[in-house]
Parts: sequence; structure tokens; C-alpha cells
Amino acid sequence: MQTLIQQVLNALQLGSVYALIALGYTMVYGIIRLINFAHGDIFMVSTYVAFFIGTALMSHALRLPGIVAFGLTMAAAMMVTALLAVLIERFAYKPLRQAPRVSAVITALGVGLFLENFTLATIGPDPRFLPRFFSVQTFTVGGVAFSNIQIIIIAVSAAVMLLLDTIVRRTMVGMAMRAVSWDKSTAPLMGVPVDSIISITFAIGASIAAVGGTLFGMVYTVDPYMGIRIGWWAFISAVVGGIGNIRGAMVGGYILGFVEIFTPVILPASTYRDFVAFSMLLLLLIFRPYGILGRPVAQKV
Amino acid sequence: MMDDRSPMTDDVVLSVQDLHVSYGVISALRGISFEVRRGEIVTLIGANGAGKSTTLRAISRLVPIQQGSIIFEGVDLRAVPPHEVTAMGISHVPEGRGIFANLTVQENLKLATWGKKDQREIQQAYERVFSLFPRLAERRHQLAGTLSGGEQQMLAVARALMRGGRLMLLDEPSMGLAPVLVREIFDVLREINAAGTTILLVEQNARQALKLAHRGYVLETGTIALAGTSQELMDNPRVKEAYLGG
Repeated sequence: MQTLIQQVLNALQLGSVYALIALGYTMVYGIIRLINFAHGDIFMVSTYVAFFIGTALMSHALRLPGIVAFGLTMAAAMMVTALLAVLIERFAYKPLRQAPRVSAVITALGVGLFLENFTLATIGPDPRFLPRFFSVQTFTVGGVAFSNIQIIIIAVSAAVMLLLDTIVRRTMVGMAMRAVSWDKSTAPLMGVPVDSIISITFAIGASIAAVGGTLFGMVYTVDPYMGIRIGWWAFISAVVGGIGNIRGAMVGGYILGFVEIFTPVILPASTYRDFVAFSMLLLLLIFRPYGILGRPVAQKV
Repeated sequence: MMDDRSPMTDDVVLSVQDLHVSYGVISALRGISFEVRRGEIVTLIGANGAGKSTTLRAISRLVPIQQGSIIFEGVDLRAVPPHEVTAMGISHVPEGRGIFANLTVQENLKLATWGKKDQREIQQAYERVFSLFPRLAERRHQLAGTLSGGEQQMLAVARALMRGGRLMLLDEPSMGLAPVLVREIFDVLREINAAGTTILLVEQNARQALKLAHRGYVLETGTIALAGTSQELMDNPRVKEAYLGG
């Protein structure tokens, strides 16, 4: 029983990160029907930004309290990554908005490769560690051990997702995002600047990935290729939840977190996890292509 | 001769001159010119594919203009980005209603107040819209996609009212609606016009449109074939034969 709860906590921790990244895939797909295959690598870049800024802020000369350095690092990673995503959209995707959809998808793959290799060439392949913002404290409640880092990851992710959900559902910008997602030609008639809304969507998706990146970097190492596997898993999360559906991406992220943690519990080895995840994707695409929370949409003509 | 219903004013709100629009190699408009004066209801009638919707979409800057000018209250709209046209005072009820089916009725209306700051003005717009269309008030929390066709058209008009332009463009508001609903919508348009909004109405339903409008233009394959007061057009043998069913 204790091990089970322990594993559930691990699954929630990992699932939080998948969910945060999945949101970027789903939001961009929702607004311009593009699978932004560079998003996993945007997440990777965000962890590097967090690494450099975090390291600088935690240098002994500054003597910043860990919580302040953590907050500033995350904020900076969010801003830099948002800017990167907006620039990618502006210069790589926007010129292709009227082109066949496959052109933009191939461009996204190219942007991803560029980010990976640019990072490799400039920073190198060695894995990096984010500085410790907090000393690890382990608590044991009823035989279940968990760390403060785990709680921070789960809580911060949940708070960010709640905030996003509120923005999308309650604010004018959120309404405009939903409206643009439905019908780009009518939105300007309401005064909505469609290009700006698309940029804002990219910025929000990337900054949420940066939250995930900063949290992820507190537990795992950072390297130029980390975005590939995690990107795929987050992408599967988005599809499982129903691509284009924000709450679906959140649910899908947690599901994939559970798949990853519980695969080695049920199957003989953790190496089966990709097999399980991709099988899930295939089955879903066959039997419920609109995902768990998505609704089948009649194609508009 | 002016129609007796026509408001006597020379104040040209919208002036379209020699407008050319083409989609790739297909030219949709081949140099049309017309005017709308303040307080008028002007209709563009014509068959499917004559270029009626394209004309409205060109005014709202949703399609690129090859040649010609569109002057609204003295400003050439060619230099204005699409989302700013409406801020200048043009509201557009698009073809097929263009409601956001994934938003509630209330959200559709609220989104139409994009960029407006004056809360009192917004409140008054809500009150006006809900008194014109009480059914929308009843359904304000419903997803717009669940409304009937007539209600969706009311929402589309209501949204344009929330934008509160001085000129309202309407693209086939009668399309797909039962005659009783068409009358209802057209009554509202008459009311909106009486309250001071100038209207440019595009219709395939020529009879209804000419009954409502002060003046009209007949569009045929991207050019203006005829122009006149509604009465003149209704009496014209060519219009009678081609558009009013003989």
C-alpha cells in the first residue's frame, strides 16, 4: 500500500510535467491546427535558460534565498522561452499560414532539429544540473516517504494549470483564443487582432513549458536531446486527452505519468514504457481519435 | 427621382470606386462603384457568385483589393488592417452568420465588445440587444452552436449591434430561414436603421431586400448592371424577370 501511494506521487510528479508541456501542443493545435513538433525542443531550451539563470542567481555572491532565486529563475525562463516561441511563430510558421498544412509540420520538425543542434553546438552534449534552490527534505507520513521537491512540482503545476484554465475560460483574451480557434475569418469582425492572439497563444504555451522545464530540471539532468522523448510523451498526452482540448491535455499528462511509472510495476521492465505509450496512442487514434475529453467535430465546409 | 422613403441627405458614408477583387486567376469584382449615404438602407442584389459577399468582405478588408478605393467617412480603408475596420465604425454580419459555436451566447456578445472601454455604453448595448431579441437573453448561457438557425442569425445581428458601428454590413441575413423569421429579422433591421444606423444589405432574396431598402444596386458577374431606388428596381422589367420571379 505504501509503495502504491509512493508510486502515485511519482506518477503525479512526472504527469505534471507532461501535462504542462502537453498544454503547449494542444493550444497551438487549437488555434492554428498545427502540430508544433518543435515544442519538445522549446521545452529543452527552457531548461537550459533555467540552468544558466538559476546558476547565476544561486552564485554565492548574491546570497538570494532559495525561494526567491527559484521564482526569478522560473519567471526568466518563462519570458525567454515565450519570446523564442513568438519569434519561431513569426518567422517560421506565419509565412506558411496559407500553405498546405504539411509544409508547416515539416517546418516545425526542422525548427526542432535546429534547436537541438544549435544547443549541442553552442553548449555541448554534457548533461547539466540545475542548482539546488531548496535543500531536499524528506517527510514520512504513514510509511509513505515524499520530498518537498515533489510537493513543489505537483503544487506549482496544479496552480499554473488552474490559472491557465481561468484565463481561457474567463478573460477576454481567453475568449478571443477560443473564437480564433473556431473561426479565424470572423474574429477580426469583432475587432480581435488574430495575429496577436496567435502570438499570445504561442507565448502562453511556451511559458507553461518553461514552468515544466524549470520543475523538471530540479529533479533530472538537462541535455540537448531531452526534448525528444519528453516531447513525444507530452504530444501523446495531448492526443490522449483530445488535441485542442485544454483540460484534456491536463488529464492526458497525468495518464502518461501513470503509464510511465506503473509500466515497470506491471510489465517486466521499464523499457516497455514507450511500447505502452505508443500502443495507447495507436489504439486511441483507431477507436477514439478525438481523445478522451475531445468531441467529434463535424468538419465545417 | 428620390424614393419618398429615402432620407434626404447628401452625406456619403461609404464610397466604393472602381473596386477590383480576384481570387487567384478568377476575378470576382471587375470595377464596381457605388455609394451609401448616411441614414440609408442600400441593398446589393444579385445571383449566387455575382460578387455580393466579396464586396462586403473587401470593405471589411478580409480579401485583398487589386484596384480601386473604399472610402469610409473620408478614410481609405485599404490602409486599415481588418480588425481595425470595425473599430472605425463598421459592423459586419457575415455570410453564414459566423457565430462562435464553441462560445456561449453571452460570450459571443461580450467578445464583440473587444477594445471598448466605456462600461456604461457596453451595458446599454446589452440592454438594447436583449430588448430587441428577448430569446437571446433567455439563452445567454447556452453554447451558441445549440441555437436554432433563426436564433443564430439574431445572435449575429446582436453581435454587430454590440460592436455599435455607424454602418452595418449584412450578408444574406435571410439565408436558410423560414419566411416568418425573415420578416422578424427584417423588422429589426428597419428598427436599427430608424435608430440611426446606416445599412448595406446583401441579399439573394431580392423582393424582401427591395421592400426594406431605399435604394439598390444589381450585381451581375462582378459588375453593377443596374442602380436605382427600390421602387425603380422593382418596376424594372429586367429585375422583375431575373430576380422577382416575373
